[in-house]
Amino acid sequence: MTILNTLIVVCTAYVFFLFAVAFVAERSARRGQGRWLRAPIIYTLSLSIYCTAWTFYGAVGSAVRGGLEYLTIYLGPTIVLVGWWWVLRKLVRIGRSQRITSVADLVSSRYGKSTLLGVGVTILAVIGTTPYIALQLQSVTLSFDVFAPAVEGGESTQSYTAIWVAVGLAVFTILFGTRNLDANERHHGVVMAIAVEAIVKLAALLAVGVFVVWGVSGGVAETLERIDASEIGMWEVSGGRWAGLTLLSAAAFLCLPRMFQVLVVENDNEAQLRMASWAFPLYLMLMSLFIVPIAAVGLDLLPAGSNPDLFVLTVPLSQGRESLAVLSFLGGFSSATSMVIVAAIALSTMVSNHVVVPIWLRLSGIGASVSGDVRDVVLLSRRLSIAGVLLLGYLYYRFSGGGAALSAIGLISFTGVAQVLPAMLGGIFWRGATRIGALAGLTVGFGIWLYTMFLPSFGPGTIVPMSVMENGLLGLAWLRPHALFGIDGLDPFLHALFWSISLNTVAFFTCSLLTFPEPLERLQGAQFVNVFQHSGAARSWSGGAAQTEDLMIMAQRILGADQAQTLFRREARKQGLPNGLPEPSPAFLETLERELAGSVGAATAHAMVGQIVGGMSVSVEDLLAVADETAQMMEYSARLEAQSQELTRTAGQLREANSKLTRLSVQKDAFLSQISHELRTPMTSIRAFSEILRDSDALSPAEKSKYASIIHDEAIRLTRLLDDLLDLSVLENGQVSLNLREGMLDAVLDRAVAAAVAKDEAPRLLIRRDAEAERIWLRTDLDRLAQVFINLIANARKYCDAKQPVLDIRISRGADGLVVDFIDNGSGISEDQQDMIFEKFARVSDQKAGGAGLGLAISRQIMARLGGGIVYLKGQKGAAFRVSLPADLAIAAQ
Amino acid sequence: MAGHVVLIEDERNIIEAISFILSREGWRVDAHSNGEDAAEAVRKAEPDVVILDVMLPGKSGHEILRELRDDPSTASVPILMLTARGQSKDRELAERAGVSRFMTKPFSNAEVLEAVRALTAS
Repeated sequence: MTILNTLIVVCTAYVFFLFAVAFVAERSARRGQGRWLRAPIIYTLSLSIYCTAWTFYGAVGSAVRGGLEYLTIYLGPTIVLVGWWWVLRKLVRIGRSQRITSVADLVSSRYGKSTLLGVGVTILAVIGTTPYIALQLQSVTLSFDVFAPAVEGGESTQSYTAIWVAVGLAVFTILFGTRNLDANERHHGVVMAIAVEAIVKLAALLAVGVFVVWGVSGGVAETLERIDASEIGMWEVSGGRWAGLTLLSAAAFLCLPRMFQVLVVENDNEAQLRMASWAFPLYLMLMSLFIVPIAAVGLDLLPAGSNPDLFVLTVPLSQGRESLAVLSFLGGFSSATSMVIVAAIALSTMVSNHVVVPIWLRLSGIGASVSGDVRDVVLLSRRLSIAGVLLLGYLYYRFSGGGAALSAIGLISFTGVAQVLPAMLGGIFWRGATRIGALAGLTVGFGIWLYTMFLPSFGPGTIVPMSVMENGLLGLAWLRPHALFGIDGLDPFLHALFWSISLNTVAFFTCSLLTFPEPLERLQGAQFVNVFQHSGAARSWSGGAAQTEDLMIMAQRILGADQAQTLFRREARKQGLPNGLPEPSPAFLETLERELAGSVGAATAHAMVGQIVGGMSVSVEDLLAVADETAQMMEYSARLEAQSQELTRTAGQLREANSKLTRLSVQKDAFLSQISHELRTPMTSIRAFSEILRDSDALSPAEKSKYASIIHDEAIRLTRLLDDLLDLSVLENGQVSLNLREGMLDAVLDRAVAAAVAKDEAPRLLIRRDAEAERIWLRTDLDRLAQVFINLIANARKYCDAKQPVLDIRISRGADGLVVDFIDNGSGISEDQQDMIFEKFARVSDQKAGGAGLGLAISRQIMARLGGGIVYLKGQKGAAFRVSLPADLAIAAQ
Repeated sequence: MAGHVVLIEDERNIIEAISFILSREGWRVDAHSNGEDAAEAVRKAEPDVVILDVMLPGKSGHEILRELRDDPSTASVPILMLTARGQSKDRELAERAGVSRFMTKPFSNAEVLEAVRALTAS
């Protein structure tokens, strides 16, 4: 019993020592004397939480069960630190510049601050880590029992031990893990304590190793002989398992919440990482140095059936080296506690930030305005989360019965958290990765892990029924948890690892390619992927002017230089600063944001302005990258739109040209057939009657005379038509020479009336004129003007259908010149025909009169040559034409 | 008496010429100068031959031709079409509509007489 008492005393003293170390470290950090706390060696040692009780005790057990395979667990992190140095560096840089607090935060931030992703990764982390915490509690309990085998009611002692350990860890973690609200602050006390623990566990393992090699075996050569003789040397190495385990431990090193906590969150500068890259692999090598000798000697010395997971303790005990055994116990205790503390901090941060606080904020109805209450709530929620995480671990330990071998639980946990890897690496190296892709990958990977590994781990028939294990879900053989898609005979661990990670990756890439990132996602993507291009020179927004200048640069990229400058000048004037830049007042920012939103969308505009003004870690270069991208897209779409408009316009022009051609062709046909008709009709009469005169001898003199005069009239009609056609052709071709003379308007009208009214007919048409107004001197081609007047008067004579036809000729003079209106009292010309009466051969239908329909066409041509015009005058009762002459041709009268 | 001709033509002098030529050979000629009710006039008169101008006030010769051909009572009456618009399109259009004979103005008197004779003989 003395040894048990010694153990309890030593253990208690050790715990107090750790509290003291943490306290001192915390205090000196607070006083600003913590330079030594940031030493790279402390950081390197803190990484040793990777070596948990699983490694401390389990490595020997694993060596006994599987030979050198345990080395893979050390190989993975070594590869990451040495070979993937740039991945780690990038992660650390992103973590610092984005103030990342956890794996969940990293993934959520990268994919547009997605709440869903944050919650998903948190749940995954909790489910993946809880067995691991249980494992640590179990190892402490088991090792404790090694010293107290004879205590009665061992079961209760065991659970008491576990409870005490859990409570003690909770208190320590709460004390030193939640001192500050800012989860991104370094936990110097905790880190210092685990650095000390790292030394203790390394020292303990080395001491046991040295004792085994030189104390028990009697030297290196003898030890090697023993190893060769034991079954360890006969284990065959399975390539698949080796590769799988190495990959897995590398992935877990990056993805485990606690590793992320010490690697990224607790990191202070990159010099720490540089040292860790060679020192930590060295540490791992030392940790693994004596594993095989201990295993071989243990198998030799201890009775068959002893638990190989406890050889580190039981070998010294069996040799009566109790103090060495106590040291060894402290090593194992250190491994377990340091892991649990950091895991609890990491998980509590996730649970608190992604689950508890958002729910609390929603329930309490408090918006984004952070007040003092919220601070307390966040701290409380983080503390409760720590207690909750440890409680979960304890419960898992109690109810799982602690049966499974340590290393098996470790692998399940590793595989679970490794599901974050595709979304994480994809997110920091590939801008095309999207939120949907990350969600899909995580869901697929997590689901397969649950189904093929986690749930079956409770033992066949516990959660997954035997029938499902053997025949597959719903009786589908290809859904058997250990032989998905019919791939049988694979190691269950490798099988689960392969399917979960590969389908996860496929889902991630496929969905990322198929979906389009949102503006905030794009912004964050640029931030993460290009972290090295700017975060080194993270600027601080000191003065208002600097901010406004940056806002100006951004606005110019988006709105264009002119518009942006106009906007800024206007806003500056509003603020009473007509010669400078506007102050970034809330009103101005709101206006700017609204203007930008018109170009890039509200969300992006808000993010961009917020990032600049809020002095967030987004650099100007990032914003400009996004702005450029958007501007390019807009320009491209504007170009497309312009092209399509141009095409539409061209098509319209072509259609128009085509229809014009068609119209012209129809007009030409119509014109030709009109001319033909007008010429052939008189010729028909002439030919018919001349044949009658030639062939008929028995015609009376009256008949002869009548037919001869028909021939004569038709010949004149034909001549007149030809004259008109020639006249029109000359006028249209512009070859007409005007005979400009001076004369009086009334004289021209007199001539026209006389010519239009045939002398031998009674003047049926009454023409009303205004002699006074007509006394105007003109200088123009008087004959041509008379021709137009004759035509108009003749038309009135022919077409006016009133009982008492009257034609009014009215003169008026304005600034534009002289106007002569011809208005009769007939029924006029219907509206739809007013447009076409000036066309050639356009005779208003149903009206049969002598002319060929060229009179108005000729008149229009003449008036155009004279510099005036002729139009149909609307709104009069009868037919009305207005002839106008320019002012310089209408010389003032008398 | 040689037969009855309905002449649909709006040019006064041409009506006079054709009437003279045909009546001298014993034909009875009824002239009709409006296109609008020309088909109705033909239906009433039941002539042996119709002489039809193309360009008429109210309705074109082509429309009257179609109307006559569509009406069973006038579908088989011989129709001689005269046009002053000497375009081949007119001839094609008329032939498709079922014209019996197509002539372009100006015509020779003997030719018209011959055509009318031939149309009644068949």
